[in-house]
Amino acid sequence: MTDTAAIRLDRASLQLGHGPLWQTLSLVVPPGEFLAVLGPNGTGKTSLLRVLLGLQPLSEGRAEVLGRAPQRGNPAIGYVPQQRAFDPDLPLRGRDLVRFGFDGHRWGFTRDSRAARRQVDEMLALVEAQAFADHPIGRLSGGEQQRLRVAQALIGKPRLLLCDEPLLSLDLNYQQTIVQLLSEWNRRRGVTVIFVTHDVNPLLGVIDRVLLLAGGPWAVGDVDEVLTSETLTRLYRRPVEVLRIKGRVVVLGAELGGHEPLPGHRTGAR
Amino acid sequence: MSSLWHYAFVQHALLAGIITAVLAGCIGPIVTARNMSFAVHGLAELGFTGAAGAVLLGASPMMGVLTATFAAAAAIGVLGVRLRERDIAIGSVLAFGTGLGVLFLSITQRYATEAFSILFGSILAVTTGDLARSLIIGVVASAVLAVIYRPLRFASVDPEAAEARGVPVRLLSTVFLLLLALAVSEAVQVVGVLLILTLLIVPSAAAQRLTAHPGFAVAYSVGIALVATIGGLACAIYTSLPVSFFVSALSFAAYLLARSVSSVRMKTAGRPMVESQGQDHGSLTGASSSESH
Repeated sequence: MTDTAAIRLDRASLQLGHGPLWQTLSLVVPPGEFLAVLGPNGTGKTSLLRVLLGLQPLSEGRAEVLGRAPQRGNPAIGYVPQQRAFDPDLPLRGRDLVRFGFDGHRWGFTRDSRAARRQVDEMLALVEAQAFADHPIGRLSGGEQQRLRVAQALIGKPRLLLCDEPLLSLDLNYQQTIVQLLSEWNRRRGVTVIFVTHDVNPLLGVIDRVLLLAGGPWAVGDVDEVLTSETLTRLYRRPVEVLRIKGRVVVLGAELGGHEPLPGHRTGAR
Repeated sequence: MSSLWHYAFVQHALLAGIITAVLAGCIGPIVTARNMSFAVHGLAELGFTGAAGAVLLGASPMMGVLTATFAAAAAIGVLGVRLRERDIAIGSVLAFGTGLGVLFLSITQRYATEAFSILFGSILAVTTGDLARSLIIGVVASAVLAVIYRPLRFASVDPEAAEARGVPVRLLSTVFLLLLALAVSEAVQVVGVLLILTLLIVPSAAAQRLTAHPGFAVAYSVGIALVATIGGLACAIYTSLPVSFFVSALSFAAYLLARSVSSVRMKTAGRPMVESQGQDHGSLTGASSSESH
C-alpha cells in the first residue's frame, strides 16, 4: 500500500472555457507528502483539487488518486473547501458542520448516534473548538469556522487531505494553529496533504515540495528550487525577483496566488 | 359550539390541515436554507394557472394545482437553472402563467368563487376525495423527505463539501423541487396561492430565531405550522371569518414572538454577532467587505 503514490498525474491538461489552465502536468506525490500548490488567480488550483475529487474530468492525460482513477465521494479523501459566508440565522451549529463530515452523505436515519457524537466531540477537542461548538455557524469568525472545517475533513480519517486556501482571512495566530494541526496529522498519521495557498510563508517549515501553476507552464520541486528568480522569470516570461528576507519568501514582479490579483495581473501571468 | 367539530367537513379540514402543516413545517427549513422563498411563491402562482385550466376543462382545481406545480418544478429541475438565473426565470414564467390563469378563469362562468378559493384557500370545502389525495401526497412526500433529509441538508447548507463527499447535489436539488411542488399543492388547499409563504416560510423563519439546533428547528417549525393551522381553523369556525386570515395571523404572531424572544436572549446571553476570540479578526462578514487584500 505504501508504494502506491497518493497522487499520480501523467501529462494531465485541463481546459475550461477558452484557455488551458495547465498543460501536460506530470506529478507524483508519494504518500505522506505535504505539497503546497501556488499560482496566480485563475490558474486552476481549485480545479486541480476538483479533478482529484473526481468532480472535474481532465481534458487530456491521466490522473490517479490513491492508486485508482479519481472517484466521486472517495471516503479516503478529506476536503477543506474555500471559505464561504453562512447566514447568521442558519440553524446549524459548529458541531453540526463537523458531523456532516461523518455521516452527512448517508441516506435515511442515523444508525449509531452515540458513536457519531463521540467522534464529533473528539474532533472538536482536537481543533480546540469546544468553546463555540454549540454556537450558530454563521455567527462564528473566519478562524473559528476554519477550524471546524478542518475537523469536518479529518473526522473521516482520510489518507489524503485536500485544502483550498484554508488560511484565507485568518490572522497570523490562527494561520499557525491550522498549519501546525495539519502538519501534525501529516507527520504522525502519514496523511498526504495538498494545500492550495496564496502565501507560502506560513507553510515554510512544514512543506516538502511546492507546485507552482503559472497559467499553462508549471514547476514542481523544493521551495529553494522552485521559488527562485530564474524559475519564476522563466515561467512568467517577465522579470521576477525572489528575495529571502529573514527566512520569508518575498516575490517582486509577480503574484504567487490569491483571489484578487493586482490590477493588470489577470492576463500578465501567461 | 364545540359540536361543530363533529361535522365531517370540519374533521376533513382538520385532517388535511394537520397533514399540510407537518409537511410544510418539515420542508420550510430547507426552503429557507436554500433561499427559495421566491420559488415557492412562483410554484404557487403557477398552481393558480393549473387550477384555472382545470376549471376550464371541468376537472378538479386541486388536481390542476398539483399538475402545474409538479410540471413547473420538473421543468426548473431538468433545465438545471443556476441559482442566479433561477429567480429571473421563475419570475418571467410565472408572470405569463398567472396571466394565462386569468384568461382561463374569465372564460369559465364560475370565475369569482373558483378564483377566490384558489387564491385564498378552501380548507372548509375539502371533500373526502381531496382528503384521500392529501393523505397520499403527505405520506409519499414525508417518506421521501425522511430518506433524503440528511444529505439534502448537507447539500443545502454546504454544497462544496457535500459534492466532494459524494452527495448527488444536482439530483437532490431536482428531487427537492418536486417535493416542494407537492407541499405547495397541499398548502394551496389550506391557505391559497397568495398566502402560501405563511405555511412554507414563516414557521421556519420563526423557528430559526429560537434555536440553532437543526433538529429542534424542524420540530419548532412543524409545531408553529400546526398551531397556526389548527388554531386558524378553530378561530374561523367560531367567527365565520376566513381561515387563511387566521392562519397567516397566527404564524406571523409566532414570528414576531420568536424575534423578540431571540433579541431578548441575545441581550442577556451576550454572544453578539461575533465573539472576539483572541485576536481573530478574520470574521467572514468583515472579509466580504474588504475582499481585495
